[in-house]
Amino acid sequence: MLKPPAPPTDSGHSVPLLDVRDLTVEFATRRGTVRAVRHVNLTVARGETVGIVGESGSGKSVTSYAVMRILDRAGRIADGTVSFSGIDLRAAPENEMRDLRGREISMIFQSPRLALNPIRKIGRQIEDVLLQHAQVGNEMVAEKAVEMLDHVRIARPRERYHAYPFELSGGMCQRVVIALALACRPQLLIADEPTTGLDVTTQKAVMDLVVDLTRERGMSTILITHDLGLAAAYCDRVVVMEKGHVVETAKSEDIFRAPEHAYTRKLMRATPRPGVGLRDLLPEAEAIRAPLPAPAARPAAETPLLVVDGLVKEYPRQGAAMSKWFGGRKPVPESAVFRAVDGISFSIRRGESVGLVGESGCGKSTTSMMVMRLIDKTSGRIAFDGEEIGEIPARTFARLPLRKRIQMVFQDPTDSLNPRFTAARAIADPLLRLGDLPRSKVRARCEELAGQVGLPVGLLDRFPHQLSGGQKARVGIARAIALKPDLIILDEPTAALDVSVQAVVLNLLQDLKDSLGMSYLFVSHDLNVVRLLCDRVIVMRAGQIVEQGPTERVLVAPAADYTRDLLAAIPHPPL
Amino acid sequence: MTETVTMAPPAAPVAEPKPEARPDTNSIFRHARYVMSENPVTGFAFALFALIAICALIGPYIVPYDPLASDTTATLQPPSVRHWFGTDQLGRDIFSRVVVATRLDFVIALSSVALVFAFGGLAGIAAGFIGGWTDRIVSRLADTIMAFPLFVLAMGIVAALGNTVTNIVIATAIINFPLYVRVARAEANVRRDAGFVQAARLSGNGEYRIVLMHILPNIMPIMMVQVSLTMGYAILNAAGLSFIGLGVKPPTPEWGIMVAEGAANIISGEWWIALFPGAALMIAVFCFNLLGDGLRDLVDPQRRT
Repeated sequence: MLKPPAPPTDSGHSVPLLDVRDLTVEFATRRGTVRAVRHVNLTVARGETVGIVGESGSGKSVTSYAVMRILDRAGRIADGTVSFSGIDLRAAPENEMRDLRGREISMIFQSPRLALNPIRKIGRQIEDVLLQHAQVGNEMVAEKAVEMLDHVRIARPRERYHAYPFELSGGMCQRVVIALALACRPQLLIADEPTTGLDVTTQKAVMDLVVDLTRERGMSTILITHDLGLAAAYCDRVVVMEKGHVVETAKSEDIFRAPEHAYTRKLMRATPRPGVGLRDLLPEAEAIRAPLPAPAARPAAETPLLVVDGLVKEYPRQGAAMSKWFGGRKPVPESAVFRAVDGISFSIRRGESVGLVGESGCGKSTTSMMVMRLIDKTSGRIAFDGEEIGEIPARTFARLPLRKRIQMVFQDPTDSLNPRFTAARAIADPLLRLGDLPRSKVRARCEELAGQVGLPVGLLDRFPHQLSGGQKARVGIARAIALKPDLIILDEPTAALDVSVQAVVLNLLQDLKDSLGMSYLFVSHDLNVVRLLCDRVIVMRAGQIVEQGPTERVLVAPAADYTRDLLAAIPHPPL
Repeated sequence: MTETVTMAPPAAPVAEPKPEARPDTNSIFRHARYVMSENPVTGFAFALFALIAICALIGPYIVPYDPLASDTTATLQPPSVRHWFGTDQLGRDIFSRVVVATRLDFVIALSSVALVFAFGGLAGIAAGFIGGWTDRIVSRLADTIMAFPLFVLAMGIVAALGNTVTNIVIATAIINFPLYVRVARAEANVRRDAGFVQAARLSGNGEYRIVLMHILPNIMPIMMVQVSLTMGYAILNAAGLSFIGLGVKPPTPEWGIMVAEGAANIISGEWWIALFPGAALMIAVFCFNLLGDGLRDLVDPQRRT
C-alpha cells in the first residue's frame, strides 16, 4: 500500500525542505481513540508544489495541521518525525514553533473572510504580521504593507490599505490572506482548500497568483484540495490520501495518465469533465448495470410548465432610507434600489431540466427563491402550469395546495435539516403538513422514499449530526420528492459533497427525474456538473441573462464572451 | 483525555464513530452518565439539586420540630445535638425552619422562572423571527425595564401590587424579562433564514408552526442555561424582598426573613440565627449556577453522539 516517497525532483538540493516520515495522528474522542492519519510519508523539495488530494475525512488537513503543530486539544502526534530544513518540528518548543509559523511556514485557510479580523483595516493586519516577526522597522512598515497589497495584485493598494474585510469581495479577501501569508517571505506555504467557495474565474485568478508568487520567490507549496483538476493544473507532484493513508504519490502528469491505485482511479472517474456522461462517473461495475435511458422526444408545442417573464427583484440600498430621513452628508447614489434580478425571462417544459449558471451575486439564488415563492417579486410574471403564482404573496403560499407541486433541494444539506428532527421526521414533515396520507401510513411512505433515494432504512431514526454529508443530501432529496412535485429547484445540491458522493447523487437525481417525470431547475456555478444533468442552460450575470440555449450548444460553442470566460477558468486534468 | 478510551463499552469498535442505533430507552441515562462523568462538577450540581428538591418535596414531614412552634424555655440556644442549627429568639428550631423554607423559596423561584420563560421566551422569539415593529416594541420594552435598578423595580412592583407571594412571583418574572427576550431574540434571529426553516415553509408549515416546532426546540439548550442562571437569581431576589420586609410575612419560615431576623442578633453573638438560612440561600444559588452547563449538555442532541 505505502510507497516510499518519490525522490525530490529538484536535483540542486538533496535534502528536502519538509520531510514527514511515518506520521500518525490520533484524536481522543468519546468512543475511544481515532487514528486520523496513519504512517504518512511526505516530502516537499525546495521550490516544489505538492498537492494533497483526498475526500473529506482522508486526513489531508490533519496532516498539515500536524506539521504546523496546530492540532486541536484532543489531537496529538502519536508517531513519526516531521523535519523542516533540519529542524525537528515535533520536538521544537512552543515558542520556537510560534516563531516559525508565519515566518518560515505559513498557511492559507479555507474561508478568507474568517481568517481576517473583521474590525481591523487590512493594511494594519499585514503590518501586524510584519512587526510580529520583526521583518521591518516601525517607520517602513506601512510602505511595506502597501507593497504587499500591490504584489497580490490588489488595484489601488494605497486606498485599499484602509479597507475593512467586509468592504472586499471573497476573492479580494483571499488575496489579502495570501499577502499576510507571504509577508515574511516564508519558505513553505500550506494552502488548505484556498479556493473553495470562490467562483471559478476568481479561483483561477487566485491560484495563478499563488503559483506566480511562489515560483518567483522559490518557495515550496503544499496545496490541499478535494479537486483533482485543480491539483493537476497547479502541482508538480500529487499525493492521494484515503482514510488517513497515502495511497499514491506521483508526478501530476503520471498520476492522470496512469493512476496506479484503485482509489485514485475511482476519484478520477468521479470527477465531472468534458466528454463523459453521467453514468461514466460511477465505478465501472455500476455504470454497466444501469444504462442511461434515451431522452424521450417531446412535442415542441406543449405548453411550458413554468413561464418566467420580465422578472425583477429590487432591494433598497443600505443607508438610502437613513439619508432620506436625515438628509445625510453624502447624496444617495445613482438609484436608491439595487436590482438583484433585472428583467429575466425563461421557461421550463415538463420533464425538462434547465441549468441556471452564474457566479455568486449574479441573482441566480434570488431567482430560484422567487420561483419557489419564498420571497416576493418586485415586478414581472411567474406562471406555473397556467396559474399566476407570482401574484400570490409568499407568506400565504406555504399552505396552498400548489405548494405540493413546487419543491426544492437546498445547497447545504446540514443547514437545511432541523438538527432536532430525525431523518424520518424530516422526510415526514411535508407528508404530514400537505399530504393526504393517514398518519399510520406515513412511516411506510418514509421507508419507501428512503428506498428510492438509496438511504438505508436503519438510518431513518438518526439525527442529522449522526449522518454523513451524502446521507444528509439523500434525506433532503427524499423530503423534496415526498409529495411527488412537478418542479424541483436544485440549489447547488452537490456543492458540499465529495466528488464520489456527488457522482452518486447526480445519478440518483437523473433516475428520479426519469421515473417520476419531474422538471428540474438546476442552480449551479459548476458548468461541468450542469453539462451532465441539464437539457438547456441559462447563463446569468449581474441579474441578467447573458445566454441561453441547449447545453451542448452553449458549452461547446458559446455565443457570449462571459460564457467563454467561465469555461476557460475551469481547471482540467491533463488528459 | 486519553483516558476516555476506557469509557467506550467494550463491545463498541474503537475506531467506528457511528455504531448502530441502540435502543432508545437507556440512551438518555447513558447520555446523562456520560455528561456527568465528563464533567464531575455537573454531577455535584445535580446532587445538590436533588438535595434541594427532596427538602422542598418532603421537608415538612421529616423535620424534628414544628417550624412555627415557639419554646420559651429554649430561646437563643447555640447549635447542639438537640437543635442542630440552634434556636431563635422565640425558641423555634432553626434547622426545621431552614428545611421547611426550601419549599416556599423553591416554588417562588420556579413559578417566576416558568412565567418569564413562557412570556419572555415567546416575546423574544417573535421579535427575532418576525422583526420589524414587533421587534421594535418588544426590544424597547425590554430596554425600558433594564433602565431601572432591577431590585428597586421589584420593590416598587410588590409595594404597589401588595405584599403577597403571587406578586413576588410576578415582580421577579418582570425583572428577568429582558434577559429572556434578548437571548431568545438573538437565537431566533440567526435561525430566521436558516435552510431548515425555509425547508419547513416548503413542507407547508405555517409561520406559527415554524416558531413552535422548528425554532423553539432549537433554542431550548441556550434557554435552559438561562433558566438555570435566573433560578438562582430569582431565589436571591425573593429572599431579598422578604429581607427588607416586602414579601413573605413572618412567622412563615423563609430564608430572607430568617436572615433579617437573625441580623439583629449577630452583634450580641448569636451568629447561628442568620448564618444557617444565609448558607442555605448561598448553596441554592450556587447549585443553580453550576447546573446551567450540565443542563445544556443534557438537552442538546448534538452532544448525544
